[in-house]
Amino acid sequence: MTIDMSQFFQVFFDETEELLAEMEKLLLAVDVSAPDNEDLNAIFRAAHSIKGGASTFGLNDLTDVTHVLENLLDRIRKGEMALTGEHVDAFLVAKDILKMQLDGHRLHTPVDQEAVADARMMLQSLSQDAVSIAPPPPPEVIHYSQEDAEAKFANVKRCFRIELPQVGERDAKALAAELGLLGRLSIAVLADKRQVFTLATDETADDIIAICSFILDPDDLKVTEEALSASAATKPSAQTEEDLGYGFFEPIEDLRAFIAQDAPSAPEATKQTASPVEAAPEVTAAEKKNLGRRESDRAPASSQESSSIRVGIEKVDQLINLVGELVITQAMIEQRTDSLDPMQHERLLNSVSQLTRNTRDLQEAVMSIRMMPMDYVFSRFPRMVRDLASKLGKKVEFVTHGAATELDKGLIERIVDPLTHLVRNSIDHGIETPSVRTAAGKGETGRLSLSAGHQGGNIVIEVSDDGGGLNRERILAKAKQNGLPINDNMTDADVWQLIFAPGFSTAETVTDVSGRGVGMDVVKRNITAMGGVVDIRSGKGFGTTISISLPLTLAILDGMSIKVGEEVYILPLGYVIESLQPDPIDVKEISGQGRVVKVRGEYLPLIPLYQMFDIVPTFTNPSEGIVVILESDGRKAALFVDDLVGQQQVVVKNLESNYRKVAGISGATILGDGGVSLIIDVAALLRSSRQLSDESIFSS
Amino acid sequence: MAKSILAVDDSGSLRQMVVFSLRAAGYQVTEAVDGQDGLDKAKTQTFDLVLTDQNMPRMDGLTLIRSLRAIPSYQRVPILMLTTESSDDMKAKGRAAGANGWLVKPFDPQRLTEVVKKVLG
Repeated sequence: MTIDMSQFFQVFFDETEELLAEMEKLLLAVDVSAPDNEDLNAIFRAAHSIKGGASTFGLNDLTDVTHVLENLLDRIRKGEMALTGEHVDAFLVAKDILKMQLDGHRLHTPVDQEAVADARMMLQSLSQDAVSIAPPPPPEVIHYSQEDAEAKFANVKRCFRIELPQVGERDAKALAAELGLLGRLSIAVLADKRQVFTLATDETADDIIAICSFILDPDDLKVTEEALSASAATKPSAQTEEDLGYGFFEPIEDLRAFIAQDAPSAPEATKQTASPVEAAPEVTAAEKKNLGRRESDRAPASSQESSSIRVGIEKVDQLINLVGELVITQAMIEQRTDSLDPMQHERLLNSVSQLTRNTRDLQEAVMSIRMMPMDYVFSRFPRMVRDLASKLGKKVEFVTHGAATELDKGLIERIVDPLTHLVRNSIDHGIETPSVRTAAGKGETGRLSLSAGHQGGNIVIEVSDDGGGLNRERILAKAKQNGLPINDNMTDADVWQLIFAPGFSTAETVTDVSGRGVGMDVVKRNITAMGGVVDIRSGKGFGTTISISLPLTLAILDGMSIKVGEEVYILPLGYVIESLQPDPIDVKEISGQGRVVKVRGEYLPLIPLYQMFDIVPTFTNPSEGIVVILESDGRKAALFVDDLVGQQQVVVKNLESNYRKVAGISGATILGDGGVSLIIDVAALLRSSRQLSDESIFSS
Repeated sequence: MAKSILAVDDSGSLRQMVVFSLRAAGYQVTEAVDGQDGLDKAKTQTFDLVLTDQNMPRMDGLTLIRSLRAIPSYQRVPILMLTTESSDDMKAKGRAAGANGWLVKPFDPQRLTEVVKKVLG
């Protein structure tokens, strides 16, 4: 029986990744002066499990590193050595190295062998520093597997010569590792640098080719059977079990007799005595074979006895899409049955309202599949904060709140970069050095908190520090220097928004942590692209809080449908502040700049939608139609439309992937009556209305 | 009827390999993620063989073996330890706890099947 080990690799990779993350989490939380024994054991177990798996799967580089790591951890957990900060640092480095090696195997990313060697040496030197008489054990695992191969394949019958084409070192190594599982392998190099493997094994040439074909094109391979070499043939056959890597505490016959005494658990106990029914074992063998096949067919499904399943994201998206279609269909049915007489069609209408409820529930349930806890993002920060703080000589306490808050997977992946940037900023520019903090009467250790929570239909993520706060004067000076429009009467909130301007950095020196040009403008742009809003609160000397508000999901939108002429458009409700019918005297014309409308003492640019999309409207006079006041990025504008139709949840369909990008339109949706309605890109609309500068409005 | 085996290990990949190779050899395999899980599952049915790792969270292998031996129906069930430590000390501990044999990790699927066949036939 040949088992292709590569089918287990994926599980091993996933598992190792999880173990590494767990290890890091524990290491970051460990109190060096009084480490918790259970934590130390858990860290040890993680290293131990990785080592076990890696050696089983022949990933010797991982085995090497985990081996030294495990030894050191073992001694610490047994109390032979005291845990020091140095250890924790070294373990964290080792974790990174293991991750790099793992990625090397999994994603074929480059592995920095020098760093691997350094880490090993560091771990080894730490084990030697200790007051201990026990010499570091030899790397038994690698040793072992060679001896093991010698022993196990001592009695093989055949020998193959395998000529490889020109292959990379990695491939050759991988191949050697795979073939090493089949038998005794020796490697020779030809004059043209091609490698020739000689494999003594019981397997057939087909099996060898099958294994090689995972790595190489089998057509490039030349496999020939050779006479078994003398050395292979004369290998001693009397290997003890001890050498084979297993053993029993009593002779196997005794063990089997011992089991056999307990009849219920061993139905085949009769086999022990001279069997009168010779055929019986054969039948069972055949049965077993059959069973074996059935069992192994079932194996992939049932072997993962876990409470979660992994499903490709495209399957989930397809499901969401289909449910979206269903919601639309349901809305159509609802609309069509609306006009029916409730007395005559009572039962139909009841069923329809039940369908409506079920559809909403289904939609909600399906959407929740895409939801992931914020912990997915938060968990990567403790390490980063620790590393950054020590690099900058600052003391930072890092806390998170609401890590269980869920957010759409698509959004959660896109929030990582902006959040990373904000956290870096807080540590680099926000939190002061211990001496500065002490001078300011604060504790030496700064506090950085990351929190997430729901607020209405949004999720709000905050990065908050208790550092020096934003410096109004410096930001204004820098803005002036950059030629941004400013005046001294600007509110703090407006001043803080200036840091989102491209190329804006008030950092006095460029550090390698932040201040390299990729700035807050990118953060802002990313978040706006997700339909989010960034808000800054800052108090001088008390710290800064940057708050990001995101929609829960991108696939469904609360919209307000509006009508212009015969067309119905959707405005995302998040941008809508209010709608009103303006008094004729509140609408003013500014020469060459269009019209403005006065709303609650504020002049807002008036954007007639019919002009933007060139439609024939019912009304051309704002005081006859309706204006919808929209706000985005702190900018307001009044959108002039004919009428409001209503509020509804709409399923967003991407226009770009189905048609092409259209300026001023962010997507489309299908209405209850089956018609298509376009969703207006309010942020872009407001940006384009910015040519109406404040001055021109005030001077009117 | 196929013989039933309880495989106890906290490493999912190792369990998967054990399960796959033993099922392919015609055995019925039940997985447990640690000693406690193993003990719970052992109580629901009497297995023909127990394979257990030593180092696991919640309950380690030695404790599991001792607990199993305390159950009357498990007094004659063969128990093998899957261990990375093949030291004499560990073997002695295993033996004292009531194990019948050991198998050193890492092992390849063929050898595991070979050992299990030796015990269960």
